[in-house]
Amino acid sequence: MARIAHDTTHFSSNGVIVSDFKPGIPPPVGFAPPITSDPPFHEVARRLLLPAFSPKAIRPLEGSTRALCRGLLDGMLAEAGRGDIVDAATAYSQHIPVGVIAHMLGVPPEDGDRFRTFIHRILEKPGQIGPTDTEDTMVFYLDKVIEDHRREPRDDLIGYLLGLELDGEPLSDSHIIGTVALLLIAGIDTTWSAIGASIWHLAQNPEHRQRLVDDPDVMPFAVEEMLRAYAPVTMARIVAEDVEIGGEQLAKDDWVLLPFPAANRDPEFFDRADEVVIDRERNRHSAFGLGIHRCLGSNLARMELRVALEEWVRRVPDFELVPDTTVRWSTGQVRGPRELPLRLLRTVAPTGVAT
Amino acid sequence: MRIAYDRAACQGHNRCYLLAPELFDVDDEGYAILLVTGEVPPELDDKAQLAVDNCPEYAIELREV
Ligand code: HEM
Ligand code: SF4
Repeated sequence: MARIAHDTTHFSSNGVIVSDFKPGIPPPVGFAPPITSDPPFHEVARRLLLPAFSPKAIRPLEGSTRALCRGLLDGMLAEAGRGDIVDAATAYSQHIPVGVIAHMLGVPPEDGDRFRTFIHRILEKPGQIGPTDTEDTMVFYLDKVIEDHRREPRDDLIGYLLGLELDGEPLSDSHIIGTVALLLIAGIDTTWSAIGASIWHLAQNPEHRQRLVDDPDVMPFAVEEMLRAYAPVTMARIVAEDVEIGGEQLAKDDWVLLPFPAANRDPEFFDRADEVVIDRERNRHSAFGLGIHRCLGSNLARMELRVALEEWVRRVPDFELVPDTTVRWSTGQVRGPRELPLRLLRTVAPTGVAT
Repeated sequence: MRIAYDRAACQGHNRCYLLAPELFDVDDEGYAILLVTGEVPPELDDKAQLAVDNCPEYAIELREV
């Protein structure tokens, strides 16, 4: 798998979501640079974005992310207490990445629900006929957001993109739309999935919940272990030239999947690969991919996951799955709980820290 | 112990910076910058090992000198 991820000559990113038609925009650029781009264009598109997602650029977002999580928990716990059932996916995990990216893009938080609809169409129902109402499309929406920012320049991610140049020219609107579309597609369901899967795991493992409450220093390791064990993302490639790999002959235009989740449980690379070791110290997982397409948002995602879990276990240290209810998981190449009913066993009042 | 860091292999996963900020910084694009050029101070040996063990791209190695 690492070989495919590193071999961009034989494996093109022009198609990263398997569907029943081949992408209409040719390599190396593709629909949504850089994820659908191949070298050499890939690096150009990626470098433009890297500074906005470096660890130091992400750090200032931690405070607002924490406030968002606290607000969600306040809302959830205002209506439910010990013994009650809550849906951690719809009441909590799904709102976090949406709120964070809306904040970064400088659009109203209420627009989050629309983002989820746009993304759902692309990720869970690829290849189907889209909406008929053009005003309801992601491209139409983003066009308007860009127009608003042009009229009234702002210091946010859209403002940053509008200020960028490529070969001495400002980025084209289609490049900006493709980029923002990508950040929405790549950043929301993925992070939602990672937060949800982690809470699902903790619901079934009281000793791990306890460990996180007792020993906050374990959290950074726990975050990586959750990403390893429940890696939410599987990507695809299109074979660019006939090639043999692992004894299989692949033909040009074949689709291949990069199963990061399976690689993360490869016993040749991990001790006790199928077990969640909450403080695992050797963890070269590939939940964020490998090679040149390494998740651009990994620092953001990691921060969101850590803060979301820290805040959850602080307010809800004890909880469990509910017998006879269904945890519903997503379909497609991003995997995580979309409905996650939990029974609250113990809750803690907010500590009065200003948000 | 010395750290060998391979900039060409680094893809900016930033695991090293998170686990061993005493040994690694990041540049504006998120690629690692090795902060120690000579011998790793012995009290940081464990952190150096952590960085090695968690770099998904095998871009960091420890060498006995
Ligand atoms: C836990 C959450 C996340 C996971 C598991 C994840 C996973 C991945 C993976 C596996 C790739 C590699 C794609 C490939 O090899 O084709 C990727 C790429 C990417 N991700 Fe994420 N991602 C997450 C969150 C985010 C967030 C929050 C953002 C930004 C808002 C983001 C933006 C991107 C972008 C822009 C790329 C393309 C990079 C490139 O092609 O150079 N991701 N992600
Ligand atoms: S962990 Fe490895 S790939 Fe990531 S920044 Fe450090 S050296 Fe680079």
